[in-house]
Amino acid sequence: MSDPQNWRAHRLVAENLSVARGGLAVLEGIDLNLASGAALVLRGVNGIGKTSLLRTLAGLQPPFVGVLQVPPEDLTYAGHADGLKSVLSVQENLSFWAQVAGQTGTGRAMAAMDLTTLAHRRAADLSAGQKRRLGLARLLVTGRWLWLLDEPTVSLDSASAALFVSVLRAHLGQGGSAVIASHIDLGLPEAEVMELTRYRALHDAPSRGGFDEAFT
Amino acid sequence: MKALLIRDLTLAFRAGGGFGLALAFFLLVAVIVPLGVGPLTEILGRIAPGILWVGALLACLLSLDRMFALDYEDGSLDLLATSPMPMEGVVGVKALAHWLVTGLPLTALSPLLGLMLNLPGPGYPWLILSLLLGTPALSIIGAFGAALVVGVKRGGLLLSLLVLPLYLPTLIFGAEVVRRGALGLPVQTPLLLLAAITAGSLGLLPYAAAAAIRICLR
Repeated sequence: MSDPQNWRAHRLVAENLSVARGGLAVLEGIDLNLASGAALVLRGVNGIGKTSLLRTLAGLQPPFVGVLQVPPEDLTYAGHADGLKSVLSVQENLSFWAQVAGQTGTGRAMAAMDLTTLAHRRAADLSAGQKRRLGLARLLVTGRWLWLLDEPTVSLDSASAALFVSVLRAHLGQGGSAVIASHIDLGLPEAEVMELTRYRALHDAPSRGGFDEAFT
Repeated sequence: MKALLIRDLTLAFRAGGGFGLALAFFLLVAVIVPLGVGPLTEILGRIAPGILWVGALLACLLSLDRMFALDYEDGSLDLLATSPMPMEGVVGVKALAHWLVTGLPLTALSPLLGLMLNLPGPGYPWLILSLLLGTPALSIIGAFGAALVVGVKRGGLLLSLLVLPLYLPTLIFGAEVVRRGALGLPVQTPLLLLAAITAGSLGLLPYAAAAAIRICLR
């Protein structure tokens, strides 16, 4: 189980990492070394491979080439979809994810993302921004060291985005880390920015695996 | 795992969850067949084991495509895959939830439908026992099929094509148990084979389904 006491020793390391989409390398030669308490912002044009890189870091797809070291079972991923069940209430959605992560208590997370007044509303009746806030509140209840965030501020208004950045900053202050794909400036000057255009893979390079890629 | 089971059961019973759909379908099959075949009680009694088992099988099939597809669409499956819960466990829990909302109620309802189809008296205990033993296999085989079509838009039809052939052994031995039971013949052989299929599926298919989901999520 993840305990902020142990977070200081955690580190995300990638060496010569290539990530693929549809069996074709999109990014290659990525070296990462993310220490406890650090944040990394991924930038790049649409389709450069930000999501593929995040999914690789999350372990949802294997590295195409290269070595990846992530503390096992100490990360959480937040993609474009928030993983909400529309017929469950805010409270029910959140406590489900807390229980899956082996944690208890959702009050702090709801307060942090300004959801307390919506606790008993069904997720179906939330606005897009409120859903996103709920999706981000899930990060807090999982109690994980590394947050992998794919466009976390989509559909948030500026006040909510600022609220999220303050939550993120508190997480970093506790020794947590985050890798964030974002187009907009989050107002997180301490974060390191990584421009992915430099790592774009040459598409005429021979693709490895082909049909068998799914089975390796 | 308990949280996932409770959530799946809650979702099944909330609006649009689909509980009762399979039951209503099963009931309809048992109502429609006598209307089609005609009021010949002797023929009905003879085909009742097969009709009941085919009905149970199709009813199970109805709600299979939602098993992973809904979680895939709203992103929950990605989050479950990155959670500490092993994917094999997720598959097992989802199949269990499916069985609790379809297989178990179907089994409970089956004697009533047997009555409507004029199933001979000695067949009833065997009908209940065979469904109790066989429906878990239907759920776990269905979970495997649903895992194969995760990410396929409108994969319901493909799922039926994949899963129905895999249901055949369960159907054959399940219906055979009831047929023999109704005629007062020994049922040991088909019953043991039915139990073996269920045990084998429960033991092996969660791993296969989990592997299929991991590939689909890439």
